[in-house]
Amino acid sequence: MWDAEPISKPLAVPPVRDAVQPLFDRVHGWITTVDHKRLGILYIVYALFFLVIGGIEASIMRLQLIRPHNDFVSPQVFNRMFTMHGTTMIFFVAMPVMFGFINYAIPLMIGARDMAFPRLNAWGFWMTAFGGIILYFSFLGGSGLYGAGSTPDVGWFAYAPLTSPSFSVGHSTDYWIIGLLISGFGSIATAINILTTIFCLRCPGMTLGKMPLFAWMNMVTAGLVVLALGPLTAAQLMLLIDRYLGGHFFDTQAGGSAIIWMHFFWVFGHPEVYVLVMPAFAFVSEIIPVFSRKAIFGYPIMVGATISIGFISMSVWAHHMFTVGMTSYGNAFFVASTMAIAVPTGIKIFNWLGTMWGGKLIFKTPMLFCVAFLFQFLIAGLTGVMLSVAPFNWQLGGSYFVVAHFHYVIVGGILFALFGAFYYWFPKMSGRMYNEKLGKLHFWVFLIGFHLTFDFMHIPGILGMPRRIYTYEPGRGWDTWNLIITIGVLFQAVGILIFVYNLVSSYFKGKLAGDDPWDAWTLEWSTSSPPPDYNFATIPVVRSRRPLWDLKHPEDPDWKYE
Amino acid sequence: MAATTIAVPQPEMPLSHELRGRVGMWCLIVAESAIFSIFVVAYLYYAGKSISGPTPREVLHVPYFNSICLFSSSFTIVMAEHAIARGKTRLFGIWWLLTIVLGAIFILGTAREWYGLIYRDGLTISSSLFGTTFYSLVGLHAFHVLVGLTGLSIILAFTALGYVKQEHAERIGVFAMYWHFVDAIWVVVLSVVYFITR
Repeated sequence: MWDAEPISKPLAVPPVRDAVQPLFDRVHGWITTVDHKRLGILYIVYALFFLVIGGIEASIMRLQLIRPHNDFVSPQVFNRMFTMHGTTMIFFVAMPVMFGFINYAIPLMIGARDMAFPRLNAWGFWMTAFGGIILYFSFLGGSGLYGAGSTPDVGWFAYAPLTSPSFSVGHSTDYWIIGLLISGFGSIATAINILTTIFCLRCPGMTLGKMPLFAWMNMVTAGLVVLALGPLTAAQLMLLIDRYLGGHFFDTQAGGSAIIWMHFFWVFGHPEVYVLVMPAFAFVSEIIPVFSRKAIFGYPIMVGATISIGFISMSVWAHHMFTVGMTSYGNAFFVASTMAIAVPTGIKIFNWLGTMWGGKLIFKTPMLFCVAFLFQFLIAGLTGVMLSVAPFNWQLGGSYFVVAHFHYVIVGGILFALFGAFYYWFPKMSGRMYNEKLGKLHFWVFLIGFHLTFDFMHIPGILGMPRRIYTYEPGRGWDTWNLIITIGVLFQAVGILIFVYNLVSSYFKGKLAGDDPWDAWTLEWSTSSPPPDYNFATIPVVRSRRPLWDLKHPEDPDWKYE
Repeated sequence: MAATTIAVPQPEMPLSHELRGRVGMWCLIVAESAIFSIFVVAYLYYAGKSISGPTPREVLHVPYFNSICLFSSSFTIVMAEHAIARGKTRLFGIWWLLTIVLGAIFILGTAREWYGLIYRDGLTISSSLFGTTFYSLVGLHAFHVLVGLTGLSIILAFTALGYVKQEHAERIGVFAMYWHFVDAIWVVVLSVVYFITR
């Protein structure tokens, strides 16, 4: 059935260039597409759009907090800003962008021509898209733009009883519920698709043990989505029943419990962190070997660590609830499990370092972002272990220390790895190289901005500044720190502008990239840039974890050693 | 670039494309189980915490007949799968119709039970915490049965029009997995609602 020869010829025939289509046909083509590459790009563009919106919301908060007693926005608007910022960044930036890269890269990496269920893939994207549109319609619905009366203001984890009909009048919470419910269905569909693709569509020779780590890690990501999105969906259905049918799930007056909402939310919420960070690990695991000119160090251990992180991440959720008050047994369990998850994560960091050790390091922009990821993710992990100690958490839970910690994870870790991935795969997606100088400038400006904002954010937290306050009294030792934090935001915004400019200008004017600009080893670099609709003219056959190494070095192929 | 001439190991074949429907359905079942598990946990956690009546013991009766019907439908659908795998379309249609009838009896039984609970016992989704958890858990399951019945009926319509052939046995099998899942979840819901907490 399969051509069982090893790869010996280019895997794509030169694409036939169609005449330029009318605009309507092109738009129609993008809207009705079921091609994994186009859907991947749609996810990514959609997420970049919301990244800018979420960034503007963050900037509004930081401007409000730049000095004590500021009145840039009202407390009500401030509440809406932090709710929308958190919800947007998690559900409509981080998840879609990860799904975008997974969608784009997985079929190419495992030698398939599309995802297992292409139409389900399109369905998943459009559900996510409509979820975001419904959430943002809340600015226009209800009492209108300036009143912004219907915009959710209950925090991104929407704790009960704030969400009960008596405290959240109007439809604001409903926009939050329904937006996330719909995009959640899309996410589950996409995750099912990713899992099935990885299980069933690998090319001949690509056993699980020869799969790129990218595929392994995103298999765990998709598994976590399948397991963790359900609890969120269930909790939101319960909240809808409470709000619309007069149910009592989270109604303490009728015997319900507000705490149970926290449990249900965080049963989803903590695995969600790993849903976001696992693709970041996957990016780093592809980029560091290529720019160190070495195969990944400790592949089987990496796979084991990935799977154990997946399992442990399902049992740490209540470390978000130490300040709520649990039994000593509950506290002890969640302290121990949270600390335990640092072990496989640490193993990964050492494996990436081991890959770099003795390698021929090439500090192009993707590698710079990955190196910064290693440092920053380490620090984020260390503050994570600090916060996992229940008594320490009682002191600092709900303070800016926590905000600094998780932004270190999400920005310092995930976003940096994501920028690395953007620069690494941009030549493949667009067929053109980005501007290396602008890329490096983006890196340094954003790095400075990141550290100004989030290093210094730990300090007001330790000094007792709580999260979600819209203003504060002068003379508590928080003023200077808040000023520095806000200045950092300016640098980050400039960095993002450079990034977007670089992407757009390189897309039109960058020099042609060729099939394999990085001299990389995974299958996506064997086809043309951008890849043709069918990805591979002949389905590749692989014998090792680095099929393109085998192709380029027939005298010394990898499969002799694996 | 010439391929290597060294004797290379034969590549192992990964899972076949043919299995992707089953793998996808298994993943959906896992995702659905996660949703159900939260409702089950909520039901168990809130059992006996209702402030106002009626209590489960006063109003709930084990739906033996309904449950037997639903569980038997798993058997009839397996018979239908066997029939279509051997190309016996007419036999397939009969077993399939029987599955729908059994599923419909279950749904009608649930409707009767709810009618009685609402109008005789005054238990509604908003009347007490027990009502909230009961109607949402049993209702979530009933909703899945309805979705299953809709799918079954569509396939029955296609069968009646003569579109369903032996080569569709695999797809019929994938759909049957969903129906088995709906039955299996009823084992959990039945034990939790009518035996463990009553």
